[in-house]
Amino acid sequence: MADESKPETPAPKVVPQTGEATAAAAASTRAPAAGATASAPATGANPAATPHATTTAAARPAPPPRPPAAPMPDLAGKTTNVASPGGAAAKTAPAAAAKATTRAADDTSPLLNRRAWMGLAWGAFSAASAAALAATGRFMFPNVLNEPPQQFKAGLPNEYGMGVDERWKEKYGVWLVRTPDDIDQHASGFYSLSVTCTHLGCTPNYLSAENKFKCPCHGSGFRTTGVNFEGPAPRPLERTRIVLAEDGQILVDKSRHFQRELGQWTDPEAFLKA
Amino acid sequence: MADTKTVAPQEGPGTRFWNWLTETQIWTSVFRHGRPDSDRNRVLVMLSNVFLHLHPVRIRKSGVKLRYTWCMGGLSFFLFLVLTFTGLLLMFYYRPTLEYAYTDIVGLREHVPLGIMREMHRWGAHAMVITVWLHMFRVFMTGSYKPPREFNWSVGVIMLVLTLLLSFTGYLLPWDQLAIWAITVGSNMARATPFLGHEGPGAQLLRLGDVPLIHAADDARFALLGGTFVGEGALLRFYVLHCVGLPLGIAVLMAVHFWRVRKDGGISGPL
Repeated sequence: MADESKPETPAPKVVPQTGEATAAAAASTRAPAAGATASAPATGANPAATPHATTTAAARPAPPPRPPAAPMPDLAGKTTNVASPGGAAAKTAPAAAAKATTRAADDTSPLLNRRAWMGLAWGAFSAASAAALAATGRFMFPNVLNEPPQQFKAGLPNEYGMGVDERWKEKYGVWLVRTPDDIDQHASGFYSLSVTCTHLGCTPNYLSAENKFKCPCHGSGFRTTGVNFEGPAPRPLERTRIVLAEDGQILVDKSRHFQRELGQWTDPEAFLKA
Repeated sequence: MADTKTVAPQEGPGTRFWNWLTETQIWTSVFRHGRPDSDRNRVLVMLSNVFLHLHPVRIRKSGVKLRYTWCMGGLSFFLFLVLTFTGLLLMFYYRPTLEYAYTDIVGLREHVPLGIMREMHRWGAHAMVITVWLHMFRVFMTGSYKPPREFNWSVGVIMLVLTLLLSFTGYLLPWDQLAIWAITVGSNMARATPFLGHEGPGAQLLRLGDVPLIHAADDARFALLGGTFVGEGALLRFYVLHCVGLPLGIAVLMAVHFWRVRKDGGISGPL
């Protein structure tokens, strides 16, 4: 339809054209109907068919008249839509429907007609299906995770020497580094480096001989401060929150990260002065 | 169609968008016919839909009578679908190893929302054995196994065995004491397999001089358990059979079974 209208001339001219087309279409739809009505008498006037039809109709005896009154009371009792035969009964039906408590004990008419029943059935089926779908979706999110917690105590500060400590890398995914003079905080203390390479998320190795972190995937290199200096990594490793717990232990909290390119390494919780 | 567009009483942006949408190539390639409000479109719905076209064109009146069919075949198929779906969901959490199997089963009740998923799978499995049995009972009592349906009865017998094997293999997966000893007892039957079980009749005949060809470490029971006792190998084998091997087999046979029902003249009628 859209393809047909495109090659036509601009908009103002479309209206009369389509108007004519409508008239033509209406005429064309009328034509077969007229043809059909015209052909109907022709078949009726068929000399072969007509006498045959009349003879069979005449040969068939007229059916005996049936008593019409008998089935009516049953119908009124068994259906809700069919009007009861008497005018009086028809008037009492809405009144009975309005007051549900007045339903007689021996009233066998169904409470729901077919349409209401089908609506109820489809509604219940749809609700059950939706609930099952929602429950299935919820099933994919367990209540318990067998993963190390985001937050852990890393022992007392005096348990660490200067430099990079790898004891938490495997389980918690951080390097604890003790430095005499931090590049941003200009003080001695600890920071916690996330072991996720800022290029594509691999885990770099700490090369103690060269005192740097080197990613095996694409060769990104980082100083022990976390600052990138070689390879494709676009920004320094991220530091995590590190504070002193009430019992004097170092508390590392991976749920909060600090990025140097955003100036966040100067945050007091990005560095533990000690 | 351009004519009907101009005839439309009010062509608002909604109508224009609807007309544009229903003419896009994506729409017309997904909805391949109009609404089923004419005989032609109703036929197209049935013929162009793979699921609807599987239905027979006509069935006997008795075929939809509950008191004749008991609907047990349909219920068995429905339960198979339920078991496939719930089993798929259980596979997201269950690991078939000695270290994790039992704790994962406990976790399926305690650590996972909707802890009834495993119960649905378990009760569904029990119910399927019952419905398959009642289905065969109905087919037998109505004489529906007689020609021309003998082949389909044979297919059904194989599917009964596969259903029982699915129950048997699934029984081991919780890896509790009941599971381990039940499978120990059950798999001991394979020791008595003729020729292929090391305690079975004829196994002693298969030997080269003094060397027996069939012994405890290479007989039918060993093939079933992947070891000489119910251990890690048995757990993994039963898991693979339960989740992949047997369901694939029974699915293929179900396709044959349903196809044969139509080929043999539809659901059998009352005698």
